[in-house]
Amino acid sequence: MAEATIEHDAVHGLPASHGAHGEYEAPLFGAYSKKVGMWLFLASDSLTFGALLFAFSYNRIYTNPWPTPFHAESIANATIMTACLLSSSLTMVLGVFAAQRHDRAWTRNWLLATMVFGTAFIVLHGMEWSKLIGEGLVLPGFVSLLGVTAPSATGELAEISKNVPQFPQAFFGLTAMHMLHVTIGVIYLGVVAFRKWFLPALAVIWIAAAFLIPSGNVFHYPVHALGMGLLLAAVILFLKPKDYDAHDVEVCGLYWHFVDLVWMFIFPLVYLMSTKVS
Amino acid sequence: MHDVAKHDDAKGQYFWVWGALLVLTAIEVVLGYKQVFSPVRMLEVLLLLSVIKSALIIGYFMHLKFEIALMRWVLVLSVVACFVIMYFFFFPDADRVQPPPNGVGIQQTS
Repeated sequence: MAEATIEHDAVHGLPASHGAHGEYEAPLFGAYSKKVGMWLFLASDSLTFGALLFAFSYNRIYTNPWPTPFHAESIANATIMTACLLSSSLTMVLGVFAAQRHDRAWTRNWLLATMVFGTAFIVLHGMEWSKLIGEGLVLPGFVSLLGVTAPSATGELAEISKNVPQFPQAFFGLTAMHMLHVTIGVIYLGVVAFRKWFLPALAVIWIAAAFLIPSGNVFHYPVHALGMGLLLAAVILFLKPKDYDAHDVEVCGLYWHFVDLVWMFIFPLVYLMSTKVS
Repeated sequence: MHDVAKHDDAKGQYFWVWGALLVLTAIEVVLGYKQVFSPVRMLEVLLLLSVIKSALIIGYFMHLKFEIALMRWVLVLSVVACFVIMYFFFFPDADRVQPPPNGVGIQQTS
């Protein structure tokens, strides 16, 4: 990667060879192009989540009464999920430092720890989803699109789904989008940390999950997102095999921290503002 | 140009930031679960805490604090401007479609 090997002026962000006529153009914002590209992507992605959060807030404010279905158990679960993401951001930072020390082993270890926290978040979130769906919080589209077994529950959440469909729409739409981002982030981390050796592990996880998740479960079809991630990662790794350097780890970290950042708004808006006080 | 390697000696600050984020999260949970404020005030307080947390994440974990001023200002101002425009598109129209009952639409939880 040419941009990663150009020596830059540390203060002005200009190439060291500045002055040699037309040799290099000064980098935008004094940062290497991959980092600027990721920042621009994150700025655009923040608008996606911003629109979803605005839509949720719109529903929240202009729907009266707004359901408050989250008991202490759900809040505790979401708090643990938040702690997982915050801790994953710390391990990501430590991974970036290790990469810049050229400490390959610790870079891999910290990235693996980040992946473990991210996977824990996805699993906890999946369990929460399954519990809510089992208690009757569903959308009509789930049944036809994902083949979800319609729960026979008749409790509070079933009533919410029937009378205030804005709640499951906003809740599942927002959290599904975030969960997809976390899943992509874990695959991204795996590719950067383990390169092509990550592919067989991802294939095993995908196939095992596809067989183990029952057909009535909401994740039975979405789990094939792992297969799509596998295909994409394989194309990238085989078309452009490379040894990811500290810049790649830092850019990957930017994406991961963004996923954490978005959850800092979803958690209070979606969970804490819908807390059931017992 | 910022190089993160230069900040390796300040690694401890990232543990402080992580701790601060956990403490702020705990405060949010207590405020949310105990329903200390009215819902509208609660929304304001929780959003304020979220903005503080996101500033810590962007500034330290994403290292924007250590980037050059041009990059900081261009990124932050452009995203904030987009959110402001989005706000003016969404909420006046929401008022037109369905006026909030009693001026405040947030349900007071029992």
